[in-house]
Amino acid sequence: METKLKDTLREKKPAILKRWFDVIMETYPTEAAGFLKGTKNRFTSPVGYTIYEGIDGLIDGLIREVPFEELSPLLDSIIKIRAVQKFSPSQAVAFIFHLKRIVNEELQNMSDAHGVIDAAALSEFGSKIDTLALISFDIYMESREKVYELKASEARKRAFRLLQRESQLYEMQEKERSDFVITNLLREENQLYGMQGQDPNIETTNLK
Amino acid sequence: MAKTPKPEELSKIDYKLPEKGWMDTPVEFKEGMYCHGARPQYLETVDFPNPRQWSSKKDEDWKLPENWKEIVLNGMKERLEKYRSFRLFMDICVRCGACADKCQFFLGTGDPKNMPVLRAELIRSVYKRYFTASGKMLGKLAGGRELTLDVLKEWWYYFYQCSECRRCSVFCPYGIDQAEITMIGREILNLLGLNTDWIAGPVANSYMRGNHLGLEPHTIKSNFDFMAEDIEEVTGIKVEPTFNRKGAEILFVAPSGDFFGDPGTYTCMGYLMLFHELGLDYTWSTYASEGGNFGSFTSMEMGKRLNYKIYAEAKRLGVKWILGGECGHMWRVVNQYMDTWNGPADFLEVPVSPITGTRFENAKSTKMVHIAEFTADLIKHGKLKLDPSRNDHLKVTFHDSCNTARGMGILDEPRYILKNVLNHFYEMPEETIREKTFCCGSGSGLNAAENMELRLRGGFPRANAVKYVHQKYGVNMLTNICAIDRAALPTLMNYWVPGVDVAGVHELVANALVMKGEKERTQDLRLEPLPEKVGAENV
Repeated sequence: METKLKDTLREKKPAILKRWFDVIMETYPTEAAGFLKGTKNRFTSPVGYTIYEGIDGLIDGLIREVPFEELSPLLDSIIKIRAVQKFSPSQAVAFIFHLKRIVNEELQNMSDAHGVIDAAALSEFGSKIDTLALISFDIYMESREKVYELKASEARKRAFRLLQRESQLYEMQEKERSDFVITNLLREENQLYGMQGQDPNIETTNLK
Repeated sequence: MAKTPKPEELSKIDYKLPEKGWMDTPVEFKEGMYCHGARPQYLETVDFPNPRQWSSKKDEDWKLPENWKEIVLNGMKERLEKYRSFRLFMDICVRCGACADKCQFFLGTGDPKNMPVLRAELIRSVYKRYFTASGKMLGKLAGGRELTLDVLKEWWYYFYQCSECRRCSVFCPYGIDQAEITMIGREILNLLGLNTDWIAGPVANSYMRGNHLGLEPHTIKSNFDFMAEDIEEVTGIKVEPTFNRKGAEILFVAPSGDFFGDPGTYTCMGYLMLFHELGLDYTWSTYASEGGNFGSFTSMEMGKRLNYKIYAEAKRLGVKWILGGECGHMWRVVNQYMDTWNGPADFLEVPVSPITGTRFENAKSTKMVHIAEFTADLIKHGKLKLDPSRNDHLKVTFHDSCNTARGMGILDEPRYILKNVLNHFYEMPEETIREKTFCCGSGSGLNAAENMELRLRGGFPRANAVKYVHQKYGVNMLTNICAIDRAALPTLMNYWVPGVDVAGVHELVANALVMKGEKERTQDLRLEPLPEKVGAENV
């Protein structure tokens, strides 16, 4: 990266970080944002802290031009949270694009004393943000797939020994007794096929 | 060309609360945040009101009785007269907000109605309107609101998003116990048949067959046979547990989750090995085969009915006292309610450890001792031969389960045990353990599958602290003394902190336990190879 851009971004980093964090926090309900915004304690304000530390690291990493593999865990920690917070996929990862806008605006507000930033350098910086966005999509998808996988595997695990033993012993004779376990297992499968939210009794008959 | 939305337009969250007050903001049911409604057969089994097939989606017909409003208000009246605590909690909140950011469901979801103060206000507002003079006259001005169908559905949605963990009550200057408010709220909802399938099923099964999956005696027995085989493979020793044996000195009751679900089964193998090594005169019961009390997630009365099985069985078998396994809400029930519900257990003796002679004065009324107290006492008296190096492949931290920590104060015993059976123990940060522990996010019957998002969000603060010790010390094992933890934490870890496994404390006790006549151990209880011994054996 061009030294001039690098120096300017370093100088502007506190302002960029604050604006980026605020804009992300605006995506949470008004009454909650005040609490969630707490960033001082990693353990009692985990959402605010994780997001703040994450984006702080991202800006820093972009300026220092570290490899994307090093930035990926930071994105991971933020997107994992947003992937289970009922944001739509675009809402969950849109925060990355805010950075581009904020950086551009901050650079436009620069005083003349900073001189002129090379357009090519800025464009290159923009592409890096685009790459982060692409990585974010991957992480978001991985996280959602994980949620569905967990739903399915948990029920199996919960009754694993039971099912294993029962099938070995051919003891599953009384249908009613096994209904509870089986219905739950089938329900997990149904959810995998996107048939979420139907009544449990109906689900079992609709299984593909 | 269509107008391309800007990123900030795209990320505007359409469910962002309007600037209206909470009372005027109608509840919205979000997928992944609530459970299925209970099936009628489960309610019929225990004579609960209004059994019917229903969908818990907000816009569906919930098939309530015509006079549902009258039932709710009468139910509230009855409970306000019966429980001084309920009336007190309805009256004394000054809305200081100390509890607001202490709830892991609020911290994880950001939904203001998950702040304990507001969760309580959902029912308090109805109390004000119908049961206080100011509310009757001034209505909304005095904080009162009409009981409508929307309000009722809001109760159901949010009282099943509280895990009754009591973390908020630790920080409340008045000691308002939100868990009790949730319990009463759920109890009132149950008067209309408003339950969840995942709670009602286990209640019916526990009622009919003694445990939450409805396992019958021969199934339980055969599962223990398989566990005994695994133990024999690891140690060369054949344990021979007895069931429903009259005249045994001690009745042992564990959460039935430990009988068949991994990693609970390893904890169960731990109990079996410990008791075998001690030569304890104890018996399991296939009748009182569930420590966990799902009834307490529906109503005090149902909690009492299920809890009674333990005393009834102790009486039938003629045991002297009762030992209880690693379970969460079982212990909250034992410590806080059992004596009032079904005591005094004057047909039992004050528990005395047959190995150390310690008299458990703390249990002189309920006659029920927690296994962590029992084992810590054994270690304190040097009665166990332990080789902690067998757990050297594990870097361990301990999650205080809400019920044992805040519900009965078991804080030091499990830590004392762990520090004696392993060499690498690391605490999570102070504000996330002991009385201030974060919930696993799945307690009080929330550990269904359809509400996975709720569980993952509610469990995030706990997972976040685990992640810290995982990164800082390389912690790879999260221990606990609760069956719901053993069922729910593996899922939580899998999502938030891959690389951390979950175990009950007695699994690690059994790994370290040097048993008389055992073969040289090469495997742990999970049949995985033990770490290579470095230097001299310290056995």
